Amino acid sequence: MQSPVEIVQHSGGVIGVSWLMIALPLLGAAILLLGGRRTDRWGHLLGVAMSLAAFVVAVVSFVEILGLPESERRRGIELYQFIPGVADMGLLIDPLSISFALLITGVGSLIHIYSIGYMSHDPDRRRFFAYLNLFVAAMLLLVLADNYVALFVGWEGVGLASYLLIGFWQFKPTAAAAAKKAFIVNRVGDFGLLIAIFTVWTTFGSVAFGDLSGATVSGAIGSGAASQGTITAIGLLLLLGACGKSAQLPLQSWLLDAMEGPTPVSALIHAATMVTAGVYLVVRSGAFFEAAPTAQLVVTIVGVATLLAGAIIGCAKDDIKKGLAGSTMSQIGYMMLGAGLGPVGYAFAIAHLITHGFFKANMFLGAGSVMHAMNDEVDMRRYGGLFSVMKVTAVTFIIGYLAIIGFPLLSGYFTKDGIIETAMEHNQILGWLAVVGAGITGFYMSRMIFMTFFGKKRWADDAHPHESPSVMTVPLVILSIGSIFLGAFLILDNRFMKFLAPAVGAPEELPAFHFVSTAGLATLALVAVGAAFAWFRYGAAEVPQVAPRGSFLTTFARRDLYGDALNETLFMRPGQWLARIAVFVDNRGIDGLVNGLAATIGGTSGRLRRVQTGYVRSYALSILFGAAVVVGALLYVGNM
Amino acid sequence: MTTHYLVLSALLFAIGGAGVLVRRNAIVVFMCVELMLNACNLAFVTFARQHGNLDGQLIAFFVMVVAAAEVVIGLAIIVMIFRTRRSASVDDANLLKY
Repeated sequence: MQSPVEIVQHSGGVIGVSWLMIALPLLGAAILLLGGRRTDRWGHLLGVAMSLAAFVVAVVSFVEILGLPESERRRGIELYQFIPGVADMGLLIDPLSISFALLITGVGSLIHIYSIGYMSHDPDRRRFFAYLNLFVAAMLLLVLADNYVALFVGWEGVGLASYLLIGFWQFKPTAAAAAKKAFIVNRVGDFGLLIAIFTVWTTFGSVAFGDLSGATVSGAIGSGAASQGTITAIGLLLLLGACGKSAQLPLQSWLLDAMEGPTPVSALIHAATMVTAGVYLVVRSGAFFEAAPTAQLVVTIVGVATLLAGAIIGCAKDDIKKGLAGSTMSQIGYMMLGAGLGPVGYAFAIAHLITHGFFKANMFLGAGSVMHAMNDEVDMRRYGGLFSVMKVTAVTFIIGYLAIIGFPLLSGYFTKDGIIETAMEHNQILGWLAVVGAGITGFYMSRMIFMTFFGKKRWADDAHPHESPSVMTVPLVILSIGSIFLGAFLILDNRFMKFLAPAVGAPEELPAFHFVSTAGLATLALVAVGAAFAWFRYGAAEVPQVAPRGSFLTTFARRDLYGDALNETLFMRPGQWLARIAVFVDNRGIDGLVNGLAATIGGTSGRLRRVQTGYVRSYALSILFGAAVVVGALLYVGNM
Repeated sequence: MTTHYLVLSALLFAIGGAGVLVRRNAIVVFMCVELMLNACNLAFVTFARQHGNLDGQLIAFFVMVVAAAEVVIGLAIIVMIFRTRRSASVDDANLLKY
C-alpha cells in the first residue's frame, strides 16, 4: 500500500500563479455582471476567452507537475494567512486536483463555445455567460482548495451558480421551482458537510488536507484523541454532503428537475462537473474513509443503490434530457461505488468521472443540438428518423452512446469495467448488481438512440430539423474523440492510477486490465441483451406518439421511483402541517392574547370615561368626597 | 371658650359646600366658594387666638389675597362665558366631557 506523499510548498512557475485559474473566470463574471448591457455585444466572447485562459493555465500547470519527480508532485501554494498558523488559505495543485481542473476548464471551454451558438437567440446571453464563468471559478476553487473551509466556499459557489442557471429562464414557473428545489435539497447535504468540517476541526485542530493524512487519522485513533465512532461519523457526514451535490440516494430528487435549465448547463454542471464534486469529496477525504470501514461500506451501498435507481428511471423517461439525467445519476453511482473501494477504486472512479464528463457532455450537447433543430421539443416520442437530417450530431451522439454502454475499446468500456471488476473482488453482491446496472444502461441508452435517430418520423407538423452550426458541432466532435480514446489512454498500463498515486495512494500491486474476464463478459452479454430488447421494443416496433399507460413498473420509474412522493409525504406535508399549526397558534393564541388585552383595556376605558360628565358639581362632589377620605384617613392614622 | 367660633366656622363651611354642590348659577357658586374660604379664615383666626400666636392670622391674610386674585380671574371667566353663551348656569358649560 503506497500512501499519498507530503505536500511541498511551491513558488514560481505557472503553478505559482495557478490562482489565475480561479481569478480569470471570476473576473469575467464580474465584468459581465457589473458591466450590464454595455457588454452585450462581446460578453460571450469574453466568457469564452476567460474559460480558455483558465484552461491554458491548467494545461501548463499540468505539464509542470509532470516534470516533477513523483514524490514532489503535491504542490501547496500559500495565498493568504487569515489567522497565521490557524486558518491559512492556499491552493493544492496535485495530480487529483489538476485532473479535475483540466476536465472543468477543458470541457467547460467547449461548452462555452457551444453555448455561443445554442444561446444565440436568447436576449440574455451575456448574463448566461456571466453565470457560466462564475460556475467555472467556483468549481475550480472547490477542487484546488487546500482545506475544507475553502472547499466549502467553492462548494456553495457552484450551488449558487447551479441555482442561477437552472432558473435561468425564470419566467417559466417550472424552472424557478426546479432551481429552488435544487438549492433546498443541496442545503440538506451542505449541513452534513458543514458538521463534518466542524467535527474535523474540533477533533484534529486543522482543516487543511496536508494535516489530515491517513497516518494522522490512524494515529489519532491509536492515541485515543479520536474515537473510531467519530471518524465513522465524519465519513458519513461527508457522504451526506456528497449525496446532496452528486444527486445520490436519498438526495437524488433535484437532478431530474434541474433539466429545466438550458441544455449547456445540464451538460456542464449537471453531467460533467458539479455533480461529480461529491465523488471528489469522498476521494479527497480518503484518509477518513480508509480508517472507517463502515462509512466506506455505506458509500458503496449508496453508489450501487443509486446506479440501479438512476438506470431504472432512465428506462421510462420520454424527455430526452431527463433520460440522460437518470443516466447521469446512475453513472455517478458507479463512481461512488468506486470511491468506496479504496485506492484502486479511486483511480477507476476518477477515470470514469473524466471519461463520463466527456461522453455525457457530448450526449447532452447532442441532445441540445437535436432540441435546437426541433423547436425545443424534448419528447423523444416526437423525434424519430433524425439520423439522415443531422449526421454530425447523430454520429457524435452514437459515439457517446457506445462509450457509455461500454462498447469494447471505447472509453466507458475501460473505466466502467475497472469499477465493476474492483467491486467484484471486494464484494460479489455489489459487483453483480453493478453488472445488472450496466445491462439496464444498455437498454435505456439504446432506447434513446432508436427513438431519436431511427425509426419513423413522428415530428410535430411545424418541425423542420436541420444540422446545427459548426460552433455547436465542433465541440461535439472534439468531445466524441475524447469519448473514444480517453478511457484506453487512462486505464491501459495503469497510467492514471500511477499518475494519481502521489495524491490518493495506490495499492502495492497494480491491477492488470483483463480484456477477457467473467465480469467483463457478463457485462457485455447483459448490455447486448438490453440493447436487443430496446431494438425489439423501440427500433423494430412502432413507437406511439403518446406514451401508453404502461405497467406498474413503468409508472414507478416514470414517477422517479416515487422519490418526490416520498419527500412530500415525509417532509413536505408534515412541514406544511407544522406551518399551519404555527399559523393557527399565532392567529388565535398569540394574536388573541394581544388583541384581547387591548380590547379589554379599550372597553374598560370606554366605560370608565362616562364618569367625565362635564358637570362641575359632580367634579366638586368627587373633590369633596376625596377630601373627606383624606381627612378621615389622617384622623384614623393620628388616633392609632 | 372658642368652641362657638369653630362651630360657626363649620356651619359656614357646610353652607358654602352645599351651595357649591347644588346651585347652578355660577355667580352664586362663586359666592359659596368665598363663603367656604372665609369659614376657613374664621377657623384660622380662632386657632390663633386659642394658641396665642400670630401664625393663624398670617395665614388668614394669605387666604384673603388668594381669594381676591381668584375673584378677579373667576369673575372674568364667568363674564366671558356669559357673553358667549348667554347663560351663567354651570350646567350649560358642560362641553368638556367624554
